[in-house]
Amino acid sequence: MTGIAFAMLLTAALAGYMLNRRAALALRDGGQRLHSLGMFHGLYAALAVLVPAVIVTLLWVALQTPVINALVMAGLPAGSLDGADAGARQLVQAEIQSIAGGRVFGTPEAWKLEAAERLNALHATSGWLLLLAVAAVIAGALLVTRRSVAAQFRARQAVERIIMGLLIACSVVAIFVTVGIVLSLVFESIRFFQMVPITEFLFGTSWEPQIPIRADQIAAEGAFGWIPVLLGTLVITFVAIFIAVPVGLMSAIYLNEFASPRFRAIAKPVLEILAGIPTVVYGFFAILTVAPAIRAWGAALGIPVAPNTALAAGGVMAIMLIPFISSFADDALSAVPRSLRDGSMALGATRSETVLKVLFPAAIPGIVGGVLLAISRAIGETMIVVMAAGLIAKMTINPLDSVTTVTVQIVTLLIGDTAFDSPKTLAAFALGLMLFIVTLMINIVALRVVRKYRELYD
Amino acid sequence: MTDNTTNAAVTHRHDWSSDRFQGNLARRRRGEKILAGLGLGAIALAFLMLAILLWTLISGGAQAFRQTHVAIEVPISAELVDPADPSEGNYRNVVRDAMQATFPDAEPSELRALSGILSNAAQFVIRDKVVADPSLIGQTVSINVPASDPYDQLQKGNVDTDSDESTRRLNDAEIAAFQQLQDQGRITMPVNWALLANADSRFPELAGLKGAIIGSAYALLVCFLISFPLGIGAAIYLEEFAPKNRLSDIIEVNINNLAAVPSVVFGLLALAVFLGWFGMPRSAPLVGGLTLALMTLPTIIIATRNALKAVPPSIREAALGVGASRQQVVFGHVLPLAMPGILTGTIIGLAQALGETAPLLLIGMNAFVTAAPSTPLDAATALPTQIFIWADSPERGFVSRTSAAILVLLGFLVMMNAVAIFLRNRFERNW
Repeated sequence: MTGIAFAMLLTAALAGYMLNRRAALALRDGGQRLHSLGMFHGLYAALAVLVPAVIVTLLWVALQTPVINALVMAGLPAGSLDGADAGARQLVQAEIQSIAGGRVFGTPEAWKLEAAERLNALHATSGWLLLLAVAAVIAGALLVTRRSVAAQFRARQAVERIIMGLLIACSVVAIFVTVGIVLSLVFESIRFFQMVPITEFLFGTSWEPQIPIRADQIAAEGAFGWIPVLLGTLVITFVAIFIAVPVGLMSAIYLNEFASPRFRAIAKPVLEILAGIPTVVYGFFAILTVAPAIRAWGAALGIPVAPNTALAAGGVMAIMLIPFISSFADDALSAVPRSLRDGSMALGATRSETVLKVLFPAAIPGIVGGVLLAISRAIGETMIVVMAAGLIAKMTINPLDSVTTVTVQIVTLLIGDTAFDSPKTLAAFALGLMLFIVTLMINIVALRVVRKYRELYD
Repeated sequence: MTDNTTNAAVTHRHDWSSDRFQGNLARRRRGEKILAGLGLGAIALAFLMLAILLWTLISGGAQAFRQTHVAIEVPISAELVDPADPSEGNYRNVVRDAMQATFPDAEPSELRALSGILSNAAQFVIRDKVVADPSLIGQTVSINVPASDPYDQLQKGNVDTDSDESTRRLNDAEIAAFQQLQDQGRITMPVNWALLANADSRFPELAGLKGAIIGSAYALLVCFLISFPLGIGAAIYLEEFAPKNRLSDIIEVNINNLAAVPSVVFGLLALAVFLGWFGMPRSAPLVGGLTLALMTLPTIIIATRNALKAVPPSIREAALGVGASRQQVVFGHVLPLAMPGILTGTIIGLAQALGETAPLLLIGMNAFVTAAPSTPLDAATALPTQIFIWADSPERGFVSRTSAAILVLLGFLVMMNAVAIFLRNRFERNW
């Protein structure tokens, strides 16, 4: 039905364009002076059809499923959902949906079959109503625009106003995305904090999200203190930054000061390859090559090494961050005005003295900005740690031990779990909120530092 | 006298050939060499890591591009397959008969293990043949089917036949049986087209990337259709029309920050909004594409703004001078000239989206799906999530297949970036 609706409104837009253009040209041929070209009269009609009709269709498609589901669930015979919590309701809803889709497992109760039938009927009705609504919008728009064709009608201005509105709408989408992120995280986190006190989450030192599903089940009590998770994140981030910053800085200095143009032309793109490799590949590399190598070294040296060390995850993350830091440092060094460099050289300083004592101090703000962005990346990096770091939260700062991170916990808590009401699932959103806040603060500071520094020398 | 001594002291201080100055100079030159050496070492380290990474993938993945096949004659007896209903025959026993014919000496009790040499798909291959041509019943057909994973590993030399029998997945008798097949010339190792033509499977010898590639293609298509027009629209407004006011500033800062939000947060957004509020289907490439579109949007906006900025003001002034409206200037002149730069940025953004994994995991695109999706609303995996699933699988055969899948993914990324570089070199102008 949605496909038919879109086909309908595209043809209508085309028809509106042709009709209005022809009408305008007929006026011109009749000897009147048109204010706008015939094309703009046509475009005005096409846009006037497209914009409202597309909005109606998209809203309809987005809202029909939740509305229909709510109607079906509300229409279930009284008593069939008694005593069911939200999870059980979701199960019933999923079952009804799969029956409606023709996938019947076993022999469901009669009221479920009935509900499935009603679901299908509602979907069919909704499809027809959508077509009707779109047709009404199209007809209205065509009528109104057709009547607007006149020699004095400022069609170009009207078209440009609509287009300007569309452009503004496009740029506001980015704000909506941010608002959406904040709202969804905050909303789910508030539900989490209703079950687990916020102080326990922020200051608790034990993270054991395994909660008993049934009352008689033997499982951990469930503890949601994020301190050990945060500590694990910081350990891995520290390892990554500790390796990536010196290597990245040194390579930037070499590329900027010592390398021949030919070497630079080859080395820089090759370094960029490291930044373009998907993180899931790095994760696989970590479990396949780096972690066994670290275990072998540990065994050779007689040091106890956990199977999923923070060192392996952090080390591989460092490889990913090297080109990131290197290109930021390179930009910062290049942005130092030539006069500083020339002045230093003219005083007889060697290249290394120029770099270390003149360029580097001048470039520090840019480099710090880059390192901050790298830290925020390391904190938010997911796939490498999901594959290479551990699952159990420990209060340790030993990089040879197995630690877990915020992102690992988010992914493991949410994979394959759809119930939206257990503290286990909601905890992921609370962690996500913390992650968002922390990285946002780092990013804002970093972007401000970088920007301010650029303005200094421009 | 006093003059003389001061003069001598002065000349001494500026005597560049003195040992003190020479030593000083040598030290400074050493510092120069050390810094250059450190820098070169850092670059070498990065290159070394890249080389090790690629070598690991290529050496590990190369094996997966070939698959051991077993050629075997299968007698199809009418007792096991009813000619009236060929799709319901007992093909498991048909395979058993074939093994009995191949190994005439084998005891009936060994046939079960011997059938295990062939992939689980053997019986379905035979069934499909018989269903297509029921006249085969009562005859003997030749088939060439994949060997199951342990034997595939044996053929590829990944099994140490000298090790303790209990530590291997194949005992000596099984290895001897396979050896016998080899001696009969039944074992071949053709190119493993199944890797691209099959969807996912529990059995490594049957698992392929078709579902993941199609899933990724759908997701990227949705991502492109949404982020490209939205991104260009937003960039045009911000760069060409936006008044310098608070709202524009907020949008600007907002977009820069959005580009740096961790990808897993976008997954949480998609989970809460698309799946939770709008009730969209789990694991669908449509939802994956929507999520990736939100992530790609800032990249495209930033690239488009840079491309628009690069168009010289003289073009705009010339067009305005002959009476074009501001929108006519942008859509008729500036945008076409900026198009190569915009496309380059878009392709690079899409390449990033293709490699993105974490948000897709959260919306369930790591489901085990054995059929390729036929619409963007069907459950599917994407290439990176497929790699994640295979990397988690315990079977030995999936290790090399994971590397192979990564090579396929990297191949797509290289192609996309090559197109972007080509566009940049061919069409982008320096004014």
